[in-house]
Amino acid sequence: MEVATLRVSVWRGGAEGRFQDFDVPRRESQTVLDAVTFIQRHLDPTLSYRFACRVGMCGSCAMTVNGRPRWTCRTHVDKVAADGRLRIGPLENLPIVKDLVADMREFFDKWARARGQFKPTATRDDEFAAVRPDSAPRREADAAIECIGCGVCYSACDVVKWNPDYLGPAALNRAWTLVNDARDGGKRERLHAVAGDAGCHSCHTMMSCTEHCPKQLSPTRSIAGLKRATIGLVLGDDA
Amino acid sequence: MSTRGGARLWVAQRATAAVLAFCVLVHLVTIVYAVRAGLTASQILDRTHGNYAWGAFYAVFVFAAAIHGAIGLRTVASEWLAFRGTVADATMGLVAVAILALGVRAVAAVML
Amino acid sequence: MIRPARSHPGWWAFLVHRISGVALALFLPAHFLALGTAIEGEAKLEGFLRWSEQPAVKIVEWVLVMLLAAHFAGGLRLLALEFLPWREWHKALAALGAAFAVAVGLVFALAR
Repeated sequence: MEVATLRVSVWRGGAEGRFQDFDVPRRESQTVLDAVTFIQRHLDPTLSYRFACRVGMCGSCAMTVNGRPRWTCRTHVDKVAADGRLRIGPLENLPIVKDLVADMREFFDKWARARGQFKPTATRDDEFAAVRPDSAPRREADAAIECIGCGVCYSACDVVKWNPDYLGPAALNRAWTLVNDARDGGKRERLHAVAGDAGCHSCHTMMSCTEHCPKQLSPTRSIAGLKRATIGLVLGDDA
Repeated sequence: MSTRGGARLWVAQRATAAVLAFCVLVHLVTIVYAVRAGLTASQILDRTHGNYAWGAFYAVFVFAAAIHGAIGLRTVASEWLAFRGTVADATMGLVAVAILALGVRAVAAVML
Repeated sequence: MIRPARSHPGWWAFLVHRISGVALALFLPAHFLALGTAIEGEAKLEGFLRWSEQPAVKIVEWVLVMLLAAHFAGGLRLLALEFLPWREWHKALAALGAAFAVAVGLVFALAR
C-alpha cells in the first residue's frame, strides 16, 4: 500500500543557513511535531529542536510553520500542508541558536524590563488578601493571566521586528495583569516601565498577537488597557 | 524621548485625532458641496474672503493636522527608515513647523 | 512581502492607515502651497485650478479623498479599540472602515 509522503523543508544552521528537504511518511492525525520528530529519529539525528509536553500545555514546541508561528504539537499536518509541503523554521524575531531552536533570552529579558514580576505588599502575618473574582480589575487580569510565555505572539508581531527596543505583546500583557492585581505594590514603576517608544505606545493594534495566540489571549486588549493606564503619566506628578 | 514623553506624544496624537475626526467630516462634506457649487478661483475666494468663522475652523484644522502628522511621521521614520532618537524627534519638529507654516499661510491667503 | 502571518484584517487595517497617513502628510504641503497661490492674486490660483482640471489630476484627487476617508475610518477604529471597553464586534471595525472609504469615494465621484 502506498504511503503518502510529506515534503518537509527544515531550517538548518543559525542566522546563516539553508532549508533542507526531507520526505516524511504521512500518518493519520499526524502533527507537525510528529513530522519533526520523525526526521530527527530516522533521517537526520543532527536536527535540533525543542519540545516537552507534546500536548499543548508548555509552549516549548513553538516554531514557524508555513510562515506562521504555531505550537507544532497542536498543529495537524492536514490543516497546514494543503499541497503536501511543509516549511518549518525557528520562531521569528529571535536569534537562532541552531536549526529550529530560537534563543529566548531577549524575550524574557523584556518581560523583566516591563516589570512583569509581582511585587508583594503583605507579609505572612497579614490576613489573606480578599480579591473578588468578579471585580472589574480582577476580570481584566483573569482575561490575560493564562499566558505561558511561549513566544508565538512575540514572533508574530511586526513592531517587534521593526523596533528592537519594543517590549512586545507577552511582556506588556503580563504587566497589565499585574497592574490589575490589587495585591501588587509595583504599579508606579511598572507604568513607567511600559510607557513610551519601547512600551505600549508603540503598539499599532495590528492584532497579529491576538490572531496567533494559541491560548486565545488578546495582548492587544491588555496593551490598550496600559495605554489608558499610562495617561496619568502625562501630567508629571506620579501619584 | 523619555517614557513620559512617549506617553505625552500618544495623548497628543489621540487628542488631535479626535479634533481631526470632526474637522475631516466637515471637510469631506465641504468638498462635496464645493465641487457642486463651483471650483473657479473667484467662486472659492468669494466663499472664503473675510469669512472669519471658516478661517478659525481651518486654523484649528491646520494646527491639529501639523501636530498629528508630525507625530505619525516620526513613528513611520523610526520603524521603516530606522531614524532613531534625536534624528526622529528633529524630523518630527521640522514636519510640524513646515505644515503649520504652510497651512497658516494658505488660510491667510484665502481668507484675507 | 505579504507573509501568511500578516493576512488578517487587523494587519491590513494597519497598512492602509499607515500608507494613507504618509500619503496625506506628503500631500498637505502641496495642498497648502496651491491654496497659498491666492496670495499672489486670484489669477494665480485660477491658473493652478485650470491645471488641476486634467483627468490625471482628477483621478489623484479622487484617490486622495478616499485615502482621507480611509485614514479617518481607521482612526475611529483605533480610538474605539483603545478607549472603549473591549467588545468582540470591534474586530469588524476594519471592514466597516473599508466600506466607509469606498462609500465616500463613490459620493465624491458622483458629485460632479
